[in-house]
Amino acid sequence: MAIFLSEDSKILVQGITGAEGTRHTRRMIAAGTNVVAGVTPGKAGQTVDGDAGVSIPVFDSVEQAVRTTAADVSVVFVPARFAKAAVVEAIDAEVSLAVVLTEGIPVHDTAAFWAYACARGNRTRIIGPNCPGIISPGQSNAGIIPADITKRGRIGLVSKSGTLTYQMMYELRDFGFSTCIGIGGDPIVGTTHIDALAAFESDPETEAIVMIGEIGGDAEERAAEYIKANITKPVVGYIAGFTAPEGKTMGHAGAIVSGSSGTAAAKQEALQAAGVKVGRTPSEAASLMRQILLSH
Amino acid sequence: MDLFEPEAHELFDKHGIPVGRYRVVSTAEEARAAAEEIGGRVVVKAQVKTGGRGKAGGVKLASDPADAAGKADDILGMNIKGHTVGKVLIGEASTVVDEYYIALLLDRSNRSFLAMASRHGGVEIEQVAAENPDALARVPVDPIHGLDRETAFRLCAEARLPDAVRDKASDILIKLWDVFSKEDATLVEINPLAELTDGSLRALDGKVSLDDDASFRQNGHASFLDITATDPLEARAAAKGLNYVKLDGEVGIIGNGAGLVMSTLDVVAYAGEALTNERGGGVKAANFLDIGGGASAEVMANGLEIILGDPAVKSVLVNVFGGITACDAVANGIVQALGSLQGNGKTIDKPLVVRLDGNNAAEGRRILGEAALAGVLSAETMDGAASLAAELASKGV
Repeated sequence: MAIFLSEDSKILVQGITGAEGTRHTRRMIAAGTNVVAGVTPGKAGQTVDGDAGVSIPVFDSVEQAVRTTAADVSVVFVPARFAKAAVVEAIDAEVSLAVVLTEGIPVHDTAAFWAYACARGNRTRIIGPNCPGIISPGQSNAGIIPADITKRGRIGLVSKSGTLTYQMMYELRDFGFSTCIGIGGDPIVGTTHIDALAAFESDPETEAIVMIGEIGGDAEERAAEYIKANITKPVVGYIAGFTAPEGKTMGHAGAIVSGSSGTAAAKQEALQAAGVKVGRTPSEAASLMRQILLSH
Repeated sequence: MDLFEPEAHELFDKHGIPVGRYRVVSTAEEARAAAEEIGGRVVVKAQVKTGGRGKAGGVKLASDPADAAGKADDILGMNIKGHTVGKVLIGEASTVVDEYYIALLLDRSNRSFLAMASRHGGVEIEQVAAENPDALARVPVDPIHGLDRETAFRLCAEARLPDAVRDKASDILIKLWDVFSKEDATLVEINPLAELTDGSLRALDGKVSLDDDASFRQNGHASFLDITATDPLEARAAAKGLNYVKLDGEVGIIGNGAGLVMSTLDVVAYAGEALTNERGGGVKAANFLDIGGGASAEVMANGLEIILGDPAVKSVLVNVFGGITACDAVANGIVQALGSLQGNGKTIDKPLVVRLDGNNAAEGRRILGEAALAGVLSAETMDGAASLAAELASKGV
């Protein structure tokens, strides 16, 4: 088992003929992902080739791609100015999961496609935007997370940060991961820490959970409340941005301390109050998880 | 991007929100001329991007042009919470009967938008919210359907605005929604929304924060960028397309990925705290710099050039986790970057600690070792690299 993405997932790539889309489609295929279709408006009939003779057909629309190939997961590599329309198309085609990697989408556009997904009954789970995607190691890789730094195993990982996701996957590679999700660092994201925590709690393959947060918003505080009330599996946390100054955006559009809200200290405190062990550094968080798994 | 008051006024005016007449000036003489032009009593307001300027003496009423010049002279050059006042706004003074508050903002927690109103305007709204939460009415706004008149009116009623102004305030809320949605704002706030003696409403002051990610479709916002307000190093980095924030420590930081770089700042600060140096205080990070996933030689060279050009920097920490990018490519990038900087006559006189981990890390370290660059040290772990960089910086202080 894993969450949101498994070996049965049939992936389509929106923006497959762009440089990044093509490059990462090949990497996904090389990692064993079942990529079945690509979409670029106006380029129907073309193909994108992967290793070992794999040839991916390109369609004009998500609807055509889904109808022809029964794809159920879309990975969106579409540039920011076209991303809203691309996500709306994925929602209309009712794929079960849309992984939006695009960075720099105006927040009004994200708010609009999120509201649209809700109005359509949330039949499409959205991960991102501005995220590295989701990987269930050994099964499927939807996005740009490196597939070869860890293996399938028993830890679930949810993180706002891409590189810290990779670092944690690498530090705990001997235990392996059920699923790793980069939810992204934008002010509005489709899948939250809480969504991932809830799914990991009911996933039999996941024994323990690592949760990585950063300054800005109150998603970590809300996750802490959720953990206290609903999560029985051990959770280890890490929060980045203790020394970030107030009022400055630190790389991610959502990573900003505004006045006294969104601080790393408040998030750490909330998590600790919920019984989560929080590492001072990523390596310390990894070794806390190691201790938990060794004592299990 | 947070706008200055006149820029906010400009956007309000563009969408039909009444703002009164105003001029922005930077000398006492210009203040006199502006006051003459506007006529009657004027208000002289310091232009700084921080709250509480009234309390700090940065807002004064002037009875005539000579008085306006004198008040402008007092306020110009004033230091308000670390911001030096370079400009003042001269605005038409209004005889205010009452003051209200209205705003639209991004509601991160609910992944939506929120409209807010209060009958207690003219004070810091955080204070109102803390002391009397019921006095701040809130209504969610659907991002697709926007703010309709019925919802705006309901908000004004819930905020207990006087009956006589509810219609007018609702109209202004609808216009404020136009500012919010059409200008790609994350916050628009009118505080105070003043009721004048003739019963009309006017935006006396406002805050607007714009979404930088929307700049591709908001060409009119380019002129709002106030280069002088940013740090010179930040301006140079921005010109090179680098994601850089100047901080006040001594260890220059380059890393890949925003989360990893934020984490690096923290780990350097912990290492600094652990050191006892002669100054008594620990060393900290001098900057945030995320060179992204690729970490090409060119981006690395641009980043190193900015950081080595920062006189506060005593040591540099390059912290890269090779995910997609292999560490051997990053190591080659560093060697080339240092080579090209030296080729351009730059001396590299600050020690560089490099931590490479992940994909092909051993090969990356081998490349750095073989290049045997003076002042470049390799570290195996992030925590170890931070300790070494902090120690080198404290020796160099």
